[in-house]
Amino acid sequence: MTVNETLAIYSNYLVYGAMAAFTVSMIAFAASFASLRATDVLPADTTEDGAAEGGGSVAVATKVATGGPVDGDTLPPGRRAGNIGMSTMWLGTILLGLGVLLRGLSVSRAPWGNMCEFAMTSAFVVAAVFLGLSVKRDLRWLGVFVSTSVLLVLGLAMTVFYTEAAQLVPALKSYWLFIHVSAAMICGAAFCIGATFTVLYLIADRAERRRDEGRTYWLDGFARRLPASSRLDTMAYRTNAFLFPLWTFAIIAGAVWAENAWGRYWGWDPKETWAFITWVAYAAYLHARATAGWKGRRSAYIALVAFGCFVFNFVGINILVSGLHSYGGV
Amino acid sequence: MTDLSEQPSDTDSAGMSTAPKDVDGPVGLGVVGWLRWAWRTLTSMRTALVLLFLLALASVPGSLLPQRGTDPIKVTQYLADDPTKGRIFDKLGLFDVFAAPWFAAIYLLLFVSLVGCVIPRAVTHWRVLRSRPPRAPRNLGRLPEHRVVDAPGDPAAVLEAARSHLRSRLWRVDVTSYDGSTGSLAAEKGYARETGNLLFHVALIGILAGVALGALTGFKGTVIVREGSSFADTRAQFDAFAPGRFHSDDALPPFSFTLDRFTAGYQRGGQQNGAAREFAADVTLVRSPGDAPERTTVEVNDPLEIDGVKVFLVGHGYAPTFTVKNAKGEVVFQDSVVFLPQDGYFTSTGVVKVPDTVPQLGLQGVFLPSAVVDDQGARSVFPAADDPAVFLTAWTGDLGLDSGRPQSVYTLETSAMKQVGVKGLRPGQSWALPDGTTVSLDGYVQWASFSVARDPGKELALVAGIVAMSGLALSLLVRRRRVWVRVSALDAGVTVVEVAGLARSEHATVADEVDALAAALGTVRTDRTTGSPPAPGAEATAAPRGAP
Repeated sequence: MTVNETLAIYSNYLVYGAMAAFTVSMIAFAASFASLRATDVLPADTTEDGAAEGGGSVAVATKVATGGPVDGDTLPPGRRAGNIGMSTMWLGTILLGLGVLLRGLSVSRAPWGNMCEFAMTSAFVVAAVFLGLSVKRDLRWLGVFVSTSVLLVLGLAMTVFYTEAAQLVPALKSYWLFIHVSAAMICGAAFCIGATFTVLYLIADRAERRRDEGRTYWLDGFARRLPASSRLDTMAYRTNAFLFPLWTFAIIAGAVWAENAWGRYWGWDPKETWAFITWVAYAAYLHARATAGWKGRRSAYIALVAFGCFVFNFVGINILVSGLHSYGGV
Repeated sequence: MTDLSEQPSDTDSAGMSTAPKDVDGPVGLGVVGWLRWAWRTLTSMRTALVLLFLLALASVPGSLLPQRGTDPIKVTQYLADDPTKGRIFDKLGLFDVFAAPWFAAIYLLLFVSLVGCVIPRAVTHWRVLRSRPPRAPRNLGRLPEHRVVDAPGDPAAVLEAARSHLRSRLWRVDVTSYDGSTGSLAAEKGYARETGNLLFHVALIGILAGVALGALTGFKGTVIVREGSSFADTRAQFDAFAPGRFHSDDALPPFSFTLDRFTAGYQRGGQQNGAAREFAADVTLVRSPGDAPERTTVEVNDPLEIDGVKVFLVGHGYAPTFTVKNAKGEVVFQDSVVFLPQDGYFTSTGVVKVPDTVPQLGLQGVFLPSAVVDDQGARSVFPAADDPAVFLTAWTGDLGLDSGRPQSVYTLETSAMKQVGVKGLRPGQSWALPDGTTVSLDGYVQWASFSVARDPGKELALVAGIVAMSGLALSLLVRRRRVWVRVSALDAGVTVVEVAGLARSEHATVADEVDALAAALGTVRTDRTTGSPPAPGAEATAAPRGAP
């Protein structure tokens, strides 16, 4: 099988086009986010999430950025910027999806054979999940974080991780590539989204505490544009709760594949070791949430450490350590 | 072992796997008291958390330092490069982390802690599964979800309607009281959450058992086979053999195969020039003595399977073929010698030992599949054998084979030998040594290395892994919640219905279900003047949840 160079080049153009769209989207979302004021405290959002959690004593989600009914003719500037961000996000995601598709067609296989392709597809998954979720609810306040991280991942994919379209090494020629790598990619996207929620939770929580104590906080203005910390905490937990079984599946699928390709299902290859460390770290996070004295900020820090383990496994292990998972250019 | 997300206020699971209150240790309770305290501490959630941290932390050196299990050559290299640090690391077991006693101590403690938590929880869960949902609290208005509606019909009919509504949605329902004019029912759903949680933790023990079974009763061997050569599945023919403690050589099925041809394809040109694209080993297999030989191909993702033993293609390389004649012109050596690849372009090194000549001859060689000689020296520029050449250093003297000390076939013991010359050869060329011996490079064959393994525990590990994953999904995605309904007759044909709900797991919500049940039973009261509210707090009517 050869490589269709023309398709590969068009794929690159599409990805660059997507990056341009995501850049516009990021700027628009940033403007939208910045134009929100603390006074933009709107009624509770109308989605099922967030409201009436736990003991029901706290009315959560009392403010949701850019939510609420707005008259079509008199859109405030922030609202308009949010709309621009949303539509360019759609454009960028479609371009990126086509780019990933052409990349796959150019080499007649799933475009998940190396870090460049993995990062490209993960970025697409993040953007698509965000758009999918925002169909039913207003997530424009989150847009700036999503478009920034998507842009960052794509930038890395096209520079540091960049690899020409090429065929695979024999070890990767298996249908398990579809199963194992797609699960790992969805996890990568969800890890990223979960970590974003966690960081935002930490900021919102700190701001709320400082406000209660009557002290100042340099990120207070930023935090006032976010949903309530309890809501962010819920979103982070739900993302990670979805993620953990899927990550378990990715590891099991990888083990089955490894048994078939390398003759053992688990061999403490550096990649396997860090997948295990990541798994244990997320397990620790879930346990911490149920342990007195570890709820809230402490377990959020554990979630971030777990995310750090995933990132190190993806970037650090591929570049620094040689192992059985070293292939595909980078 | 913990409950992954139950709220601490959850009284049903109190007293289990939560941190003991007497963490400072009992005073004056004697041995039994101390043992009890130790057990409670070990099985506490906080200890489990610490052990999880330790497990993650302990794995880190296993990925950053070379490991004996995966790369013993690099370990030797590390010990040679940095003997001081290397010796300390070695003493600490850092070159074999996953077999180190301290690593085993961490995960075994974790599993003990897990068992100590699973058992009491399983007992409790069993009791909960067999018991009825708890009765409605006196004041339903205090619950987080609370609706009051008016329903047509008498209380008994409304209560029955509520029961069938919930039953059809798979709730466990218990009509707790009915006295003709008032009554109540309790319902609960989401028991699968705790079932899944327990299943997950038990399955982890299953995975550990599968790993242990494989390690104790399985085996793994590796063998290098040259094109044209054969391998028979007996212990003596393996280059390396690692049996489990309870492995018996009778478990080796008596198959044999000949490597007919090895094919390797590489990318030519581009950023990944020289990257492998295809490996295939064509073999003739005899499943057991007397069977008809069958031709088949072993590929990287496509191992052979014979009676529970799998044969995997794991590596390949070149074996240059040499003929050595003594001064009288007699052939004293003729064979293809396995050279081991040193880099991605298959620059390979090996040793030829010719003991049947006087003095004995030894050759150290470097095989270059695509040789280029320029001002940077001789090197290989592509992994395929486009233009092979071998560079030899010849030694004469005593090979030391009779000393009784075991020798590697890949190294030459040169202490009793002297160097007599250096020469590069292409296939077909010969080299006459000063004593009249001639060395000729006839060509080369390829070799493939195979890993032969039997792991009787892998199926158990896989099944346990799938169970663990399913249990995990249940325990994280199923919500445990309770609903109560209280009815009381208001006027003729109208019943006041209170519906209340409580989500019992973190971040769960029962509001939608309470809304649906309330809407199915009646309509929101609008006229407050008729009748009195059935209970204080009922003025919080069926308004949308959360909104003030």
